[in-house]
Amino acid sequence: MSATISRLPFKPQPSVIPGFGITLGLTLFWLTLIVLIPLVSLFLKSASLGWPSFWEIITAPRVLLALRLSFSTSFIAAAVNGIFGLLVAWVLVRYEFPGRRLVDALIDIPFALPTAIAGIALTTLWAQSGWLGALVAPLGIEVAFKPLGIVIALIFVGLPFVVRTVQPVLQDFNKEVEEAAESLGARPWQIFFNVILPSIMPAALAGFALAFARALGEYGSVIFIAGNLPMVSEIAPLLIVIKLEEFSYPEATAIAAAMLVISFILLLIINALQRWAERRERRR
Amino acid sequence: MRIEVVGVSRQFGEFKALKDVSLTIQSGELVALLGPSGSGKTTLLRVIAGLDWADAGDIKFDGVSASTRSVGERHVGFVFQHYALFRHMTVFDNVAFGLRVRPRKERYSNAEIEARVNELLQLVQIDWLADRMPAQLSGGQRQRVALARALAIEPRVLLLDEPFGALDAKVRKELRRWLRRLHEQLGMTSVFVTHDQEEALELADRVVVMNKGRIEQIDTPGQLYDNPSTPFVSRFLGDSNELDCHVAAGSVLLPGLDTSALPRVSVPNGPAKLYARPHDIAISAAEDGEACVRFISAVGANIRIEAELPDGRVVELTRTREEQAEDPVAVGARVGLRLYRAQVYPAG
Repeated sequence: MSATISRLPFKPQPSVIPGFGITLGLTLFWLTLIVLIPLVSLFLKSASLGWPSFWEIITAPRVLLALRLSFSTSFIAAAVNGIFGLLVAWVLVRYEFPGRRLVDALIDIPFALPTAIAGIALTTLWAQSGWLGALVAPLGIEVAFKPLGIVIALIFVGLPFVVRTVQPVLQDFNKEVEEAAESLGARPWQIFFNVILPSIMPAALAGFALAFARALGEYGSVIFIAGNLPMVSEIAPLLIVIKLEEFSYPEATAIAAAMLVISFILLLIINALQRWAERRERRR
Repeated sequence: MRIEVVGVSRQFGEFKALKDVSLTIQSGELVALLGPSGSGKTTLLRVIAGLDWADAGDIKFDGVSASTRSVGERHVGFVFQHYALFRHMTVFDNVAFGLRVRPRKERYSNAEIEARVNELLQLVQIDWLADRMPAQLSGGQRQRVALARALAIEPRVLLLDEPFGALDAKVRKELRRWLRRLHEQLGMTSVFVTHDQEEALELADRVVVMNKGRIEQIDTPGQLYDNPSTPFVSRFLGDSNELDCHVAAGSVLLPGLDTSALPRVSVPNGPAKLYARPHDIAISAAEDGEACVRFISAVGANIRIEAELPDGRVVELTRTREEQAEDPVAVGARVGLRLYRAQVYPAG
């Protein structure tokens, strides 16, 4: 009996709810339909270009700049979200204050709001004549129609990811552990960096990865505030759309494929980091 | 170190957790705070530690007020009910934590820290677990780590919150004996909170019985058991029969129970409440006995008997196997009951 089981490595665990075969089949079918086929077709399309022309397209200065802009702004926005998202989650979990539930609900607005509306609102605010834009203009800071504006839009859309991944972990964090550190003579910053942060790091990294991925794909809010000047504030997704509108499908797919590969590698790295942090959390 | 609790009160919203509690714990004593949940025992421990504060009153360590000092400055070793270990650190790092967070000029060298941690791990008999993570340990082992971690800072007092609450019965008994030995070895003033009377009576030099935010009685375990001073302590500690009776001129009247062996009680005439331990009631077979045996359980060292009084009230009592062999009583038999010792309080 046990011999048969050990010879079948994929033998599913007996479960109260039957149907491993059917559910796995459905899962694979669904993933293939929704994810795999579009991706494969993307690669096939760009592969039809041939390597030299593919390389030529993605190394064109305008494309390179757009890719660089997309990845750098996304990274910065995700990093800012990582830090401030932690802070927001901290405040929401740790303190009771009037309007806490309202603030908590506000966090989800970037999820729900159509991104184009966010884009228009942000542009109005940060334009040179806008409320906030006018405030920083005397300092020589321009936000709208500049990469900085893109970062701001991306911070907006990415905020909920970090907050919502860190919040539950922080909520589960045992107050006694902090008190223990305190009774052992640790000062507040030591408690935060040596005790609390290591415990919420995996969640914070996961939130960062989600915010980063979301920022990379963001289009709607960015195109309003970016101004879309080629070589200055033109993000890669926009460039893809422009190429499509010019009916140069191979170019569009080539840029898309390049983005896909880079994001894939980055997500892999983030994932590895996260695994590492988690393993440090409960080693072996 | 001597700990003095002077008129401490603590309120959480409407709930008064501590009401004017005063208590002195002598240097080197092992004291138990015993009470039902909500009695304020954990709050008192936390106020002593500095994890909570008193709304009124003062805590003194060796005569010096500690109220203005934070928990970190009080140098108390605190052991939490659920251990509160740092999950992302090895056992070694957990124990070393208190030494490593010291300001640089007070900090030991790494070699000294290592030596000290190893010494502590040996003391709590888990030196072979130094490289494990807390998740890989059993409950008893975690408790030992928590204790070693608390001892690492060379505390002046050791405070333990339900130290054995989350362990199974066998481990609990074992750890209890071990903690007693450790206390004798270290001679540190120790206070622990428990709701388990057996634990308190077995382990502590003195037991503080708490109820509803007040101290009911402070005494040695033997005194507490034999001479409870309030109805609550009589009820709470050990098994007791609680019976309504009448007092007339210092003697107790309780139909069906021979109370002539009781000393005179200093309770005013009128209705009263009587508490009697099951082993303080003697039973003998008697044709004309007023009571009647209802139930006999012959499991264990003693025979447990339930007898019904003429008015229908049931009294629980025990007798040894020898007594039962000499003068057997059976279910349904008429018996005489004689009371040797009891606590009597005015009713109400």
